[in-house]
Amino acid sequence: MLFSVIGNYSLLLGLFFGLVLLYFSAKNFRNSKLLDTKILSFTFLQFFLVVISFLCLVFSFVVSDFSNETVFNHSHTTKPFFYKIAGTWGNHEGSLLLWLLVLTLFILIFLIRTKNQPVKYRVLTLVFQQIIIIGFFIFLIKTSNPFNHIYPVPSEGLGLNPILQDPALAIHPPILYLGYVGSSIIFSSVLAATTLNIVTKKWASHIKKWVLISWIFLTLGILLGSIWAYYELGWGGFWFWDPVENVSLMPWLALTTLLHCILVLEKKLILTSWVIILSISTFALSMSGTFLVRSGILNSVHTFANDPERGLFILIFLFSLIFLSLFIFFFFHKTSTDNPSSFFWLSKETAIIINNWFMMYFLSVVLIGTIYPIFLDVLSSQKISVGPPFYHKLIIPFLIPFLLIMAIGPKLKWIKSNLEDKIYLITLLIVSILISFLIVKNFSSNFLINTILISSAFYLFFITLRDFFIKGFKNLAQNIAHFGFSLLILSILFNSLFSSEIITNLKVGQTFENTKAKIVFESISQKEAKNYRSIIGNFTVQDSKGKIENLSPELRIYNQPNITTSEADIKTTLLSDKFIVINIVQNQEFFNVRYQVKPFMLWIWISVILISFGGLISFLKKGYEK
Amino acid sequence: MKNKLLPLSITFVFIIIFIIFFKGLQNTNIYTPETKTIYEVPSVSVKLFNSNEIVNTLEIFNSDKFYLLNIWSSWCVPCRQEHPILMELSKNNNINVIGINYKDTKKNAKSFLEELGNPYNKIIFDNKGTVSIEWGAYGVPESFLINKNKVIKKYIGPLTKSSTEEIKLFIK
Repeated sequence: MLFSVIGNYSLLLGLFFGLVLLYFSAKNFRNSKLLDTKILSFTFLQFFLVVISFLCLVFSFVVSDFSNETVFNHSHTTKPFFYKIAGTWGNHEGSLLLWLLVLTLFILIFLIRTKNQPVKYRVLTLVFQQIIIIGFFIFLIKTSNPFNHIYPVPSEGLGLNPILQDPALAIHPPILYLGYVGSSIIFSSVLAATTLNIVTKKWASHIKKWVLISWIFLTLGILLGSIWAYYELGWGGFWFWDPVENVSLMPWLALTTLLHCILVLEKKLILTSWVIILSISTFALSMSGTFLVRSGILNSVHTFANDPERGLFILIFLFSLIFLSLFIFFFFHKTSTDNPSSFFWLSKETAIIINNWFMMYFLSVVLIGTIYPIFLDVLSSQKISVGPPFYHKLIIPFLIPFLLIMAIGPKLKWIKSNLEDKIYLITLLIVSILISFLIVKNFSSNFLINTILISSAFYLFFITLRDFFIKGFKNLAQNIAHFGFSLLILSILFNSLFSSEIITNLKVGQTFENTKAKIVFESISQKEAKNYRSIIGNFTVQDSKGKIENLSPELRIYNQPNITTSEADIKTTLLSDKFIVINIVQNQEFFNVRYQVKPFMLWIWISVILISFGGLISFLKKGYEK
Repeated sequence: MKNKLLPLSITFVFIIIFIIFFKGLQNTNIYTPETKTIYEVPSVSVKLFNSNEIVNTLEIFNSDKFYLLNIWSSWCVPCRQEHPILMELSKNNNINVIGINYKDTKKNAKSFLEELGNPYNKIIFDNKGTVSIEWGAYGVPESFLINKNKVIKKYIGPLTKSSTEEIKLFIK
């Protein structure tokens, strides 16, 4: 009760300090020799207030204060302690508060870390960031206040959706938000830099760190979401082209392209328009992701609430920001005339630009697949659903040139170059084609495209692998990230080519046998936990090599809300995952058993970690890369 | 003039996107069945899923009974959601449930049916999606209520409780 009041007033005060900051920034901007110390203290105060407000909400969850509407809707006394805390951001209101927390934290760090930058630039960045922060404050307080009261106080809460009661959920949103919100700093900073016309090499090497940090968190955030979907949703896959997954992939694609553009800008003063537009679109895409997911315009597991008022607010806010940035871009941005730089066709820049266009293509495919159904619905009242075949058909063929350029590009020099050691490059290409041919030979389906695709992924794999040996620590970050990417594509390809699946209905004591595996349903047992009961099926699975594995998938029946979830049992080994999940069939006696062998599953996760590790090395490194 | 054209046109595009999203917010995202004027069953040769036989659609829908033609696919998530409704309808003797397996592979479709049950009397295998186009389908899932070689009602999106009630009223 008390915590709700404190939290609520902290929010209002935070909003107030946002407005105060705007006033002082305007004053400071006019006579700008030094950064007003008041600005720094008010920014800190604003951050501190949001922290207080956030802690109040966490506390309300921990002590199960059901006079708070958010706690009532999303918690329950029997929920384990860990999920009481994690549940704070497992709902719309709490997750927005978390968003605000990261927004205020980042601008504080930005102000502290940019002492060497021009004062005008710092102040202006703060102004743009405060516009975003104020927008979120108003959104939170007006449409989704986490501290609403209920009277009379209910004695019990409604409980947290069981599929969200998972360790991965506890860290997935904060990590993803660090990535999303990091892009807001890039957005504010690019608008400030464009207005002051200082989009220069110096600016590029300063903002690079911010691009990298948001990119690392965004990558890890997507990875965690994907891991969670893999073992919690029990569909036996890691990516479903669900609208919500797509809205996190789109900013990632834009941010990855931005990262490469920044690297070029840091070297040569070109691609400034690319950098500005990509910075704006990364943030706009993150915001429209929030809009699409939270407004209920799309259906998905992340749709916490269907409230058109919320959707309308984000929509108007998002488009105001877009129009503001368009205005700044067209009004202030002058394409530099002192650098006519017609670049030579065979150079690193060209390779990066070509791949940028490929990235933009992938981005548009995902964008169209995600929002086209909405457009069609509005314009002609037709309902369609866009499935995986759409994305696969449009994306996969273009991965081939993309991978090849990724392999060759880093071999080139800036400005103008000749390809060195051609013999190696050609030998490796032939080796890759041969290996892929031998692998795909036994599979008749789509023989040609699979061979070419695997060859190009292998090609990148071998080239980056060889670079580890001959180049050592030079360009290590880029090499690790590209190596990780080739490993990712290879793992995904092998995973889809060599997966096998058995779906059958079994009673206790029955055995299913085919050439690949023998599944014995040994017994069932029961278990009681704090907020659920579970039925555990005990299976032994013998594969074709005679190796026996014990697997015990669970069915959990949660008390509040009363929902049944199936928990897959997954045995992970270096080369493949054995995945088993059970479901109750209507007539009770049989269980539906789905057993899958998924090769290289672990490597998909490892390769994404490698990719972000590459980013981390680049982040920690001083100076810039050759 | 040329310099102003680009910003103006981009602004214009964004205004249009805004209007569409704004309208989209007012639409509910719950699928609603759409009424269509009655039209004849198209005459196309189709391949059956289990026997690989080639038959004409008119032969499938020839009797006086009611038919529910359902377009589905194993990769389509809403299909999974409406499947129990189809299973329930298939138990009803007054109606014959026919499936069109849309842009799918046989392997995936089979395991989908093994997992959730097979409500279909006959399944038309439409791996290229062309048969569904002949029917005037927009996407998956979609269902057509057919009687005496005529489509009486079309349901876009997964079948809901209310559309099932309506179907039951028709076939009484």
